[in-house]
Amino acid sequence: MSKGFRIWGLVPAWALMLLTLILPIFIVAGVSVGERGAYGGFEWSFDLTAYRQILFTLGWTDELEFDPKYLIIIARTLGYAAGATAISLLLALPVAYWISLQSARDKALLIYLVTLPFWVSMIVRVYAWLIILGNDGMAETVYRFFGGSDVPGFLFTPGAMLVGMVYSYIPLMILPVYAAVEKLDPALIEASHDLYGSRWTALRRVIIPLASPGLVGGSILVFVPCLGTVLEPMLLGGGRQLMMGTLIQNQFGGARDWPFGAAIAMVLLVLVVLVLILNARRATRQLEVQA
Amino acid sequence: MQKRLSAIEIIGVSKQFGDFTALHQVDFRILQNEFFTLLGPSGCGKTTLLRMIAGFESPSRGTILLNGKDISDSPAHKRRVNTVFQNYALFPHMTLSQNIAFGLENLGWERGKIRARVGEMLEMVHMSQFAARKPDQLSGGQRQRIALARALAPGPEVLLLDEPLSALDLKLRQSMRDELRRLQRETGITFVFVTHDQEEALDMSDRIAVMGNGHVQQIGAPDEIYEAPQNRFVADFIGETNFLDGEVVSVEGGHATIRTALGIDITAAQSGVQGPGPAVLSIRPEKIGLDARAEGETRSGRIVSRNYMGGFTHYTVEAGGVSLRVSQRNAQSRQGRLDVGDEVRLGFAAENARVLGQ
Ligand SMILES: Nc1ncnc2c1ncn2[C@@H]1O[C@H](COP(=O)(O)OP(=O)(O)OP(=O)(O)O)[C@@H](O)[C@H]1O
Ligand SMILES: [Mg+2]
Repeated sequence: MSKGFRIWGLVPAWALMLLTLILPIFIVAGVSVGERGAYGGFEWSFDLTAYRQILFTLGWTDELEFDPKYLIIIARTLGYAAGATAISLLLALPVAYWISLQSARDKALLIYLVTLPFWVSMIVRVYAWLIILGNDGMAETVYRFFGGSDVPGFLFTPGAMLVGMVYSYIPLMILPVYAAVEKLDPALIEASHDLYGSRWTALRRVIIPLASPGLVGGSILVFVPCLGTVLEPMLLGGGRQLMMGTLIQNQFGGARDWPFGAAIAMVLLVLVVLVLILNARRATRQLEVQA
Repeated sequence: MQKRLSAIEIIGVSKQFGDFTALHQVDFRILQNEFFTLLGPSGCGKTTLLRMIAGFESPSRGTILLNGKDISDSPAHKRRVNTVFQNYALFPHMTLSQNIAFGLENLGWERGKIRARVGEMLEMVHMSQFAARKPDQLSGGQRQRIALARALAPGPEVLLLDEPLSALDLKLRQSMRDELRRLQRETGITFVFVTHDQEEALDMSDRIAVMGNGHVQQIGAPDEIYEAPQNRFVADFIGETNFLDGEVVSVEGGHATIRTALGIDITAAQSGVQGPGPAVLSIRPEKIGLDARAEGETRSGRIVSRNYMGGFTHYTVEAGGVSLRVSQRNAQSRQGRLDVGDEVRLGFAAENARVLGQ
């Protein structure tokens, strides 16, 4: 590649990044230090009220009172995202491993099937779960069939939210995990059995360590969008438990507090960047160990 | 051979892959402390047989006994058998020590014993100074040694080796042959070695099973396999030979008299000959003598090609309408040198020929 191309050829890419990624981040950052407009919207200024609002509320006499209510929302969001990631990981590993053992033709078909839900709108998919878990839905019918008399009500529970999140994002876990296990030399697994290792030993000491780049990559791909997810908490969780995504949406919508919504969005962004930095450090450390 | 117990007994084992039969009713035994080789052309089922002994594949029919116990249904990780894989299959994320310790840990050895054993194994394959390296920091020959150390460490009842030398260059292969023989003698473990290289098999083995087309064609010591092949497949696969089509005129015990295009009736040891009828005479090129070295009943021929190989000269001689490959050790002087077009007498001792059924 000529030097000219390296500079000028990448202009479209840089322009796109600037317009769709960097500029919006600056706008959101700008809004977060703005002032709340009288009738929604905001006015430019430099005011950290929105950030203060995350940790403190103003008491009757204008004194600051520490209020963990938003911290709890952030912690809850992290918790659900971590839970959904862990469940996805546990489900994706056997699925990906099983796919990797099939014939070349079946592999292509199965991987296509894994990505199939992506062809359907997210809202439709979440609504499908609404119907499955709802009153007299499939879940309740099955529960009754196996002798359950009083149905606990599946919808609007933490479980329903997790089911929705895992369902929405698990393909993002399966694909990188599959890519990693697919590269494993089957002789290594045979070697671990040959050396008196059970299936569990092979999984723990050979498959997982060698597939770890894929496991970590998939976990990030699931964890990050789960942090900002809106539909599952709203539709399947019934909005009973506020999460960061919903909170941000509320601030820009009903509550008409753009600066506060933007401030929460910035916190979310920082959390995501933190996860990515931690992963990058881990990856370079691993490279150093290998070198 | 003195009476020894069998380490492995293969009893009526067949293996089917879909419609394809990779092994047909195989029966044989491998003795304890033996260096046993499975030799045969590509695709004859050597790896399949080895994998069934290791437990990676199960027989479609038949049983496999390990030291008298039926292991047909026990999973690979419960069999006291270890494998040296063709591409070594060392764990890339573990150091060499960790690789060797892996099997011992799974067997539940205690730490101190494991450390001592790993050290002992590294020393045995002359790799002690590399203990902390990862497999990708080793040469092919070094990986081979570690694969051996890892498989021998748990002290298996049988060690299986699937073409372990095929990935090495020629010189290394030669020295690893001696190394493998040494390790087998030192450890006293039964080795089952797979190769398609006949020279390797003849050089290293106590006994060889020649396999072809999913059948065991012959089992015997290297010289037995070479000197007394039991059928056309074995005679053809091991070394070089001349096949002369002919008619058996009489059979008497282990011997048959055959009339070939050479025009001489030859009585030689036979196998697979039921009675008078078509058969072949097999005679190795170096067993045929020319002129002064011609033994037995001789006849005349003419040299049509000559290849000087240093220690030997290979000739093609035409006699009675058949062409024979003949190989002669070169004399100390250049006297009696033969050239293309020369008329020669050729002959061989009948005890060096074999009559083989069709
Ligand atoms: N999993 C399988 N599915 C179908 N056919 C198989 C399978 N494994 C082996 N075969 C067939 O069985 C036959 C024997 O294979 P095997 O690998 O035992 O040969 P081999 O003697 O080890 O040959 P090579 O010297 O090339 O390694 C071959 O024809 C092979 O195509
Ligand atoms: Mg093979």
